[in-house]
Amino acid sequence: MTSTDFLSLLPFIVLSVLILALMGEISYRRDHALVAWTTLGGFLATLVSVLVASQASPHTQEPLLVVDGFGLFFIALLVLASLPVAALAKDYLEKRPGYREEFYMLLCTATLGGMILVSAIHFATVFIGLELLTLSLFGMIAYTRTSGRSIEAGIKYLVLAAISSSFLIFGLALIYFELGGMGFAEVLEAVKGGDHRETVLLAGLALTLVGAGFKLALVPFHMWTPDIYEGAPAPVTAYIATASKGAMTAVLLRLYLMGGKEMPTGLWIALALIAVASMFAGNLLALLQENIKRILAYSSISHLGYLLVAFLAGGTYAVEAVVYYLVAYMATSLGAFGVVSVLANKSGEIEELDDYRGLGWRHPFQGGVLTAMLLSLAGIPLTAGFVGKFYLVAAGVDGSTWWLLFFLVLNSAIGLYYYLRVVATLYDVNQKEESTFSPLALSGGVVLAILTLVVIGFGVLPGPFIAWIRDHLT
Amino acid sequence: MTLVLLVFIPLAGGLIAGWMGGKDSTACRWISLGALGLDALLALGLAFHYLGGSGNPGDSRWFIEWSQPWIPQFGISFHFAMDGLSLVMVLLTLFLGLIGVGASWTEIQERVGFFHFNFLWILSGVLGVFLAMDLFLFFFFWEVMLVPMYLLIRIWGHENRRYAAVKFFLFTQASGLLMLISIVALALLHPGNGQGVTFDYNVFLQNPLHGPAAKWIMLGFFVAFATKLPAFPFHPWLADAHTEAPTAGSIILAGILLKTGAYGMLRFILPLFPTAVHEFSTTAMILGVIGILYAAILAFAQDDMKRLVAYTSVSHMGFVLLGIFAGTDFALKGVVIQMICHGLSAGAQFMLVGALYERIHTRDMRKMGGLWDAIPGFGVATMFFAMASLGLPGLGNFVAEFMILVGSFQVAPKLTILATLGLIAATLYSLRLIRRAFHGPRQDEKAYPDLTLRERALNGAFALGLIWLGVYPQPAINAVTPTLKSIQSSAATPMAEHNAISGESQ
Repeated sequence: MTSTDFLSLLPFIVLSVLILALMGEISYRRDHALVAWTTLGGFLATLVSVLVASQASPHTQEPLLVVDGFGLFFIALLVLASLPVAALAKDYLEKRPGYREEFYMLLCTATLGGMILVSAIHFATVFIGLELLTLSLFGMIAYTRTSGRSIEAGIKYLVLAAISSSFLIFGLALIYFELGGMGFAEVLEAVKGGDHRETVLLAGLALTLVGAGFKLALVPFHMWTPDIYEGAPAPVTAYIATASKGAMTAVLLRLYLMGGKEMPTGLWIALALIAVASMFAGNLLALLQENIKRILAYSSISHLGYLLVAFLAGGTYAVEAVVYYLVAYMATSLGAFGVVSVLANKSGEIEELDDYRGLGWRHPFQGGVLTAMLLSLAGIPLTAGFVGKFYLVAAGVDGSTWWLLFFLVLNSAIGLYYYLRVVATLYDVNQKEESTFSPLALSGGVVLAILTLVVIGFGVLPGPFIAWIRDHLT
Repeated sequence: MTLVLLVFIPLAGGLIAGWMGGKDSTACRWISLGALGLDALLALGLAFHYLGGSGNPGDSRWFIEWSQPWIPQFGISFHFAMDGLSLVMVLLTLFLGLIGVGASWTEIQERVGFFHFNFLWILSGVLGVFLAMDLFLFFFFWEVMLVPMYLLIRIWGHENRRYAAVKFFLFTQASGLLMLISIVALALLHPGNGQGVTFDYNVFLQNPLHGPAAKWIMLGFFVAFATKLPAFPFHPWLADAHTEAPTAGSIILAGILLKTGAYGMLRFILPLFPTAVHEFSTTAMILGVIGILYAAILAFAQDDMKRLVAYTSVSHMGFVLLGIFAGTDFALKGVVIQMICHGLSAGAQFMLVGALYERIHTRDMRKMGGLWDAIPGFGVATMFFAMASLGLPGLGNFVAEFMILVGSFQVAPKLTILATLGLIAATLYSLRLIRRAFHGPRQDEKAYPDLTLRERALNGAFALGLIWLGVYPQPAINAVTPTLKSIQSSAATPMAEHNAISGESQ
């Protein structure tokens, strides 16, 4: 192993060391606060190591991994998404009975899986990363073992993820059968070449797409989303909605970039149908929900549908739009689920919309943060979501995908209806006095404040970040 | 910098008022009043400086201009500029804003701080709309005013407020998103100034877009502005929103928010898409005339006093649409006067309905009757503004509608004749309102307090404005003449070129 190898793989090494350190710590003495702080410190160290690794990038570990600017950006993004999850989980688990410390190990392994995913240039690496992520998530979802719904959600996720993984691996087998390799470059070349091997190859790719679609919760692979979002502990839901989806999006984005931003017509049409179906299904079903976690779950389905529009549009702005939208969406989702997480009390999470009546008056801070996040999801100015939506429209106009834009607009209007319904509930004058929210702990407050600043900052002054994306990622 | 302050002061005032809300509700009201008063002084200062003795300063298009890069990658900047049209609209906004604070002084008793926060943010958004000369910035402010308005209706509105608030929001937001597509398409399709993508109004103005793309882009803008105006068939949100909103909300909805639609048409549609407008103008004028007559008939059929006034707004805005797309010098001047006068007369009427509701707790005219004896002050005031609304000579609305009709007659005589019927309909519904509410037998024998001193002062301010514009509208016309001239010339020049080219080819 050369020193360049070592330097470029430093983020992975630091995080792995963190996992081992946590294991040691827990076996020596159970101390929730210590473990949580170690995790936060370890994540910060990983962020620093990303900076170090960027000195050695781009560096390819043939044939499996590449550590380049793109991958490092997404590694940093994943860690930045895991940090607030860890901080939120600290408060959240404190209110729960049972062992708390192993949660952080699972969080770290899941993040490690995500990091492997975003650095993959080979489908074998994708599979390894995905499984590491998924298996850790299964444990995280079912972590609050005293709650029946948590266990139920964990088992559902396990079964469905296993099925989607088997689709994925069968697809990969078909690809390997045809090409004798699974490197991104090889596969993309074969797809572009379009020779006689097409049929089996396409079948393999389609099955692979099922695996990706499942992770991104796109229609028709979205069925698990509401139940798992609802049943999982709120910090874990935040993690699934952001880090897990972000990692998968990065894989697709890398393939898209390596493929020269082009895709075969058949694939384009399939993705366009998936995008439109996701937008409609997500938004229409969200209209019917009375549970805030389910509302956010369905809304996340439609948001991934919006994101696909940028992919499909192609053109100058596609990659920027995807990255900007994804970052805005991740910050916003973390904030929204973060509020649900800090409000949870000893007897469980408060999820029914009816219980949020008048929250904005009783807890102005939490209510204000949730309002900002919902407005950002709805794409109202002064928030990151607004600039994100603008970016999607710019990409769509640039690529002349007018029909998709039309559906995007239509769905934004539908989406507004339920976001506003929640906002209006928060500021309803008839308060519901029975629901007792947990008082705000310091770490939760800091996390929410930072996320709100990010969401508003990216909405008011998007210039520097856009410039950065342009310089580093495209 | 003054322009930035103009937008920023209400924004900051809103934050302070919202923060004070929990502690002292009277202080909130004063902060709100103070912020708007300060803003109004600033605007008046500008008005005296640029419109007073010195006349139109120089040849420059704008009185003042301020620009700072915002998102340079897309050529987006904080570009504010003010000309006569903007200045007049800003003054109207602040005037109605001050009145709105006054009108809600006793009406709003719950969550006073948050109310004023929303109220001031709406005004800030509207001011931004009138001053932004970057299309992205314009859209930004266009959207900023929606959420506070939604909350204003949703929280402090009347019985059916949820339905009305959602309807308002969905209509305006969906149409606004179409405009967003149009704005982005305009920016990306426009050759710009040779330095990449830009959203700058001046650049688009110098080199208007032609061809089939221009038509579709123009339609995107049109739908957004016509929804806000509102024009038939985009009007269904209006009656509900106006009826259910609290008094201050109705005043600024009718007085200012509707005007942003008309302003957008004048500022953006006419000069930026001259050929597309030329093709589309007949359709738009027909929509305008349908709006005038249809809404007048609807107004006639209402039992709810506030709803009646709401429908008269649609009818009066039909004249605006007609005048804008007639596009003649006379018509455009009439449009601006109509925007101001309707702002005043409708604002006053909503305020009166609100004040009446505070006393008799109903807006249903079937339960009124004979009120003139009980509260003569109300009778006189309502009569005065009903007269203004039906276009009595001597009051501003007459001048405005007369000018619009004269101007439109030059272009579309048949449509104008039909539109004139709207004046008769206005007389019918206005007089019917007076008769049902104030004449006839009393429904009960309770005694109600008449207009208070505060209410008399606010009504007096409205009345003075209308009389002034009715007797001596020249200052207002002078203020906007240069703007309207340049709008007309940019709308006409390319047409002439277009004709010249087609002439050569023949």
